Amino acid sequence: MAAMAMTIRNSASRRTMTSGPISGLRSMSSWWKNVEPAPKDPILGVTEAFLADPSPEKVNVGVGAYRDDNGKPVVLECVREAERRIAGTSFMEYLPMGGSVKMVDETLKLAYGNNSEFIKDKRIAAVQSLSGTGACRLFADFQKRFRPGSEIYIPVPTWSNHHNIWRDAQVPQKTYHYYHPETKGLDFSGLMDDVKNAPEGSFFLLHACAHNPTGVDPTEEQWREISQLFKAKNHFAFFDMAYQGFASGDPKRDAKSIRIFLEDGHHIGISQSYAKNMGLYGQRVGCLSVLCEDEKQAVTVKSQLQQLARPMYSNPPLHGAQIVSTILGDPQLKGLWLKEVKTMADRIIGMRTTLRESLEKLGSPLSWEHVTKQIGMFCYSGLTPEQVDRLTSEYHIYMTRNGRISMAGVTTGNVGYLANAIHEVTKSS
Amino acid sequence: MDSVFSNVDRAPEDPILGVTVAYNNDPSPAKLNLGVGAYRTEEGKPLVLDVVRRAEQQLVNDPSRVKEYIPIAGLADFNKLSAKLILGADSPAIQESRVATIQCLSGTGSLRVGSEFLKKHYHQCVIFIPKPTWGNHPKVFNLAGLSVEYYRYYDPATRGLDFQGLLEDLGAAPSGAIVLLHACAHNPTGVDPTSEQWEQIRQLIRSKSLLPFFDSAYQGFASGSLDTDAHSVRTFVADGGECLIAQSYAKNMGLYGERVGALSIVCKSADVASKVESQVKLVVRPMYSSPPIHGASIVATILKSSDMYNDWTIELKGMADRIISMRQQLFEALQAKGTPGDWSHIIKQIGMFTFTGLNKEQVAFMTKEYHIYMTSDGRISMAGLSTKTVPHLVDAIHAAVTRVV
Repeated sequence: MAAMAMTIRNSASRRTMTSGPISGLRSMSSWWKNVEPAPKDPILGVTEAFLADPSPEKVNVGVGAYRDDNGKPVVLECVREAERRIAGTSFMEYLPMGGSVKMVDETLKLAYGNNSEFIKDKRIAAVQSLSGTGACRLFADFQKRFRPGSEIYIPVPTWSNHHNIWRDAQVPQKTYHYYHPETKGLDFSGLMDDVKNAPEGSFFLLHACAHNPTGVDPTEEQWREISQLFKAKNHFAFFDMAYQGFASGDPKRDAKSIRIFLEDGHHIGISQSYAKNMGLYGQRVGCLSVLCEDEKQAVTVKSQLQQLARPMYSNPPLHGAQIVSTILGDPQLKGLWLKEVKTMADRIIGMRTTLRESLEKLGSPLSWEHVTKQIGMFCYSGLTPEQVDRLTSEYHIYMTRNGRISMAGVTTGNVGYLANAIHEVTKSS
Repeated sequence: MDSVFSNVDRAPEDPILGVTVAYNNDPSPAKLNLGVGAYRTEEGKPLVLDVVRRAEQQLVNDPSRVKEYIPIAGLADFNKLSAKLILGADSPAIQESRVATIQCLSGTGSLRVGSEFLKKHYHQCVIFIPKPTWGNHPKVFNLAGLSVEYYRYYDPATRGLDFQGLLEDLGAAPSGAIVLLHACAHNPTGVDPTSEQWEQIRQLIRSKSLLPFFDSAYQGFASGSLDTDAHSVRTFVADGGECLIAQSYAKNMGLYGERVGALSIVCKSADVASKVESQVKLVVRPMYSSPPIHGASIVATILKSSDMYNDWTIELKGMADRIISMRQQLFEALQAKGTPGDWSHIIKQIGMFTFTGLNKEQVAFMTKEYHIYMTSDGRISMAGLSTKTVPHLVDAIHAAVTRVV
């Protein structure tokens, strides 16, 4: 009876409300009938599809969230301990618009160096952000507001959400060469040409380490050359650093590109995220920083970043920031964190080696050298969208259609299955 | 190398959050913070609800809990429970799956995400907001790309609702315009329409095809009853029409800093609601990808346990009752002192704030001479008052009213 009533009511609303008891609604249809269903997010949609798959053999190498060797998500021990200390003590009051000062201070040390002169001289405008996405978005909004004529140069390829972020901030985008499909490495000369040909004073998005999705990073020497050319062209470098510590296992090493630019005198911007390296994904903790001329300008710029945050979410969430401050503010917990980050990075490096060796042992006609040359969470396999579709439909292996494999999803338990499946879809290439 | 941002000027302090900054810098032991709307106990301390502490412990003790990304739209059970909370468990809109609910960063985040969705998909880009309203409202809507118009709301002469002015201004709004409505406990005035007035407002809005966007930041906090405080929203939804609702758990669950809230879009059909939800996700992804897990987990833990839910309603009523009692005490003390003027609005207004009617100069005087911190529009947060501090405030108001015009 209720179902019938609902059907009648639904069909009535599909036409018009002909018998509503309230006047004024008779001829009203939905305001939203012209709204189209949105396409699934290419990255997050993969996990949704994976979860919906009933096959016991399914493998998720889609989203970049770390898994241990049993394929289970990991909460770091240092995080668990920090949470135990926080629970029952927090008053949950509003943070300032710029977020937790303590967390931001510790975070800047990671990027700029423990003894950074820029920190000492208070030249960095920095605010807590909603992880890396939020930091990039705040910067894009800031760029739009204060450099309204500027564009952003984005590498090809890049994390797909980068395009969405600068688009919604209404900053026009250009691209620069980055990935070289033939070598499955860096197109260094293409990159340098694009940097040289861009108008003076252009804004560039750079991945500080562990490029997403390719895993291809410039060498230290190449970074130095890029920095010199940026200097000659007066370009602005905005670094997205989402994987510090996660790439090589050593946070200092992973920040090398940033340190080179700082040494060379660039006034850079940085987006930092704790999603991966502290496993705080869902807590949405990060930091946006902009290096300024002096303390006065840093105060000024920070005040304007806050003006952009206030009408977006007023002030950032507390819990994740408390976890970060607790860990980084305690030498013992910080030491534990550094160990745990290295363990995660080492496991991934180990899986790269195993995957490559397995493919070579299967007698693959292709070269899989790039699997161990690339760095960080992702491997840009070189698989075509059609091959990826076959992996999904025939083998229940889930990854993004650009052939990006999240190495974090590879385990000793599934690496053989994965290698075999990849071999099967590529052996006739 | 010159900075590319050397043209940037220093932004002014946020008028509301700046009050606390100034308060913190004041060394006087007599200082009183009646600025930001965060609840304080009788002892002047922030309060974490007991039920929140219990939920927190439950979460921390659960070894199976992980910190993975939650979906772009947030925690599913949080969303369902939030919709139930504001619309009522028996709401036909929920039963017919016509409500798209997305977890957002408290009220601010819900308003911003909802506005950006409207900018992209709705045919009208103007939003009518009450005069006055929360200082952050116009900024949120402007940055989302909507243009802001005002409708009359507060009548300084009566310190109550300018109902005629409201009806006239909304009556003159272009068809389809968006209308911001404070669901209850209007911020900053504390002046709410009566239920008869709400009914007239509803009829006017529906007859002109205006789109209501409710800001519900004080459900349960105003009257002490969650259902009573949701009444205005529920009558709109009961007429079968569409609306947007921004919910916040900052005050009623004391979760301020955890940034927990929800945006609900009530649609004509389940099919539309599903498409709408998919489009709202496209607004969220380039803003912050997905919302923070912690606060929403606490809320879901509480709302899904009938014991914890009941305990919450009791603590919530306790907070609301303390505030109502502060209103009474302040009013009686001003009467007793013989402070000139009619102060009955203090007990007629509802919710966390009282719009005292004091002007900028009087406020500045009270801050300078009596170390009372409040926003320059004369708004005081009743939550910041206690039995102990009422006399000091009364002295300050009395002095301001008699010495400063």
